[in-house]
Amino acid sequence: MASYSARRRNSSIVMGLCLAATGIGIAWLFLILFSLLVNGIPGLTFAVFTEMTPPPGEHGGGLLNAIFGSVLMTVIGVGIGAPIGILAGTYLAEYGRHSKITPVIRFINDILLSAPSIIIGLFVYGAVVVPMRSFSAVAGSIALAVIVIPVVVRTTEDMLLLVPNTLREAASALGLPRSFVIRRVAYRAARAGLITGVLLAVARVGGETAPLLFTVLSNQFWSVNLVKPMANLPVTINNFINNPDANWKQLAWTGALLITVAVLSLNITARFFGASKDGR
Amino acid sequence: MTTISQTSKDLDMEMSSDRARVLKSLAFSDQLFSFATRAAAYAVLLLLAGIILSLIAGAWPAMKAFGFEFLVTRRWAPQLEPMPVLGALAPIYGTLVSSFIAMLIAVPFGLGIAIFLTELCPHSIRRPIRLAIELLAGIPSIIYGMWGFFVLGPFLATYVEPGIVWACADIPVLNSIFSGEMVSNLSLFNASLILAIMILPFITAIAVDVFSTVPPVLKEAAYGVGCTTWEVVNNVVLPFTRVGVVGGVMLALGRALGETMAVTFIIGNSFKISGSIFAPGTTISAAIASEFAESEGLHQSALILLGLLLFVLTFIVLASARFMLMRLEKRAGA
Repeated sequence: MASYSARRRNSSIVMGLCLAATGIGIAWLFLILFSLLVNGIPGLTFAVFTEMTPPPGEHGGGLLNAIFGSVLMTVIGVGIGAPIGILAGTYLAEYGRHSKITPVIRFINDILLSAPSIIIGLFVYGAVVVPMRSFSAVAGSIALAVIVIPVVVRTTEDMLLLVPNTLREAASALGLPRSFVIRRVAYRAARAGLITGVLLAVARVGGETAPLLFTVLSNQFWSVNLVKPMANLPVTINNFINNPDANWKQLAWTGALLITVAVLSLNITARFFGASKDGR
Repeated sequence: MTTISQTSKDLDMEMSSDRARVLKSLAFSDQLFSFATRAAAYAVLLLLAGIILSLIAGAWPAMKAFGFEFLVTRRWAPQLEPMPVLGALAPIYGTLVSSFIAMLIAVPFGLGIAIFLTELCPHSIRRPIRLAIELLAGIPSIIYGMWGFFVLGPFLATYVEPGIVWACADIPVLNSIFSGEMVSNLSLFNASLILAIMILPFITAIAVDVFSTVPPVLKEAAYGVGCTTWEVVNNVVLPFTRVGVVGGVMLALGRALGETMAVTFIIGNSFKISGSIFAPGTTISAAIASEFAESEGLHQSALILLGLLLFVLTFIVLASARFMLMRLEKRAGA
């Protein structure tokens, strides 16, 4: 066996590599944020939030319609997906805790959780866009909802399983029906966790691009018609960034900065919410 | 209760009918809620069935037209008359190779960070570091694509790749893998590197979780007989958590296989199989993302068939990952 000092040296080398890996990992985050700030901030004017996306070759303009479309579709998507996700998670953790179908649903849900988002886009194209014969904001929202559901199912189930059974038993002993035990006691005990799950789901779909590419398309003007294509930030960025037009490119960088800041702050808020509850 | 019913029969009657009504409405809402949760849970199953069925339905014309040939044809010519020639070999090759290189880079890095976080890191900075790594997973895919396209790609093509090409120029096999003929901002290798950064947080998060399942007493015993930190990690922590680590790596692989926007930006979208990893290529998801909106007929069906292949591939990878993680959970629970 090698001498003690040699073993110590080996250990230090490997641990030094681990430290370096951590440094490089964190460096990526800051490199990406740095280039977003450098390229995005010059275009960050008031007009970005008040004007519509400009036609190619024109000066000025903003991202108002795209921001509005993104927010609207995210709200609708989460509005559809989160309730379904919470109910399904409730079944897994409460009614179906010992049922045979529960492990199967959990397994399928975990697969959906990591399924490529472009597949969701293809699915919604076939299931919504083709029958409706039009790209639409509704289709985009449904695609986002399909992505939201597994995220929320997972966190809801995890959080409800953390609620101590004695709480449920105490409530049942008072004569409360099962659904009241769940809604008034279990949900309340797991509230912070449930909110965390929904916030994480919002953060997840906020920057999703692939499923929107061929479900909503995009457009250049203000539109609130849900059955027509609607402007949205990710697809606008995608269309603007590869264009030689300097104004478009600048808007794309600014949009990218906005999306990243929004998504990352949601992530941090969600984690803060989740952590403050269990006092870690 | 009994005193009331003895003193006033009217009141009793009223109360019991009230009670019955309240109980009835309670029972109704109780059943409704129970039914709603059950329906939502089955909706998850229906979702998967719906995805598979809609992909098969969309891919059917291409399956009929190309059959098994689809998997082994290298050519992708959607505009060819009278009938397009479409083969999946190039995108399948690109998907597998880019994910493989990404794993090669991300696995050591991800595990290294996890070892640092669990074994070395002072408690006070553990949380901020973990958060920073997890935020990497929060950055939207399209942002990685832009960054890779404008920042990382040009940097690699200017400063890094020519050096590697030069260093490997006289070594037989390596000089075709690292061929300098087509070094550009858009290449399989650049896409792989971006993929590696994107899946790094998944590997780290799962590795940290499974490392924390090692009973402290095992590690303490190893330290007690004089092991160094690395020996503890290598001989106690890694063997104990092997199944979980492999599961986490497979999970990350599942992500890498299906990653779309970032890859679409920087892989070059060229349907060619070139031996060099510095040449442009394409992946299944990049092919769908860049061509689907303008496709029709057989071309579109072929793209959906590609999507179906990707789904089957990721399904197998993710399912085996989950099985491994479930095995570990069972052991931790027992």
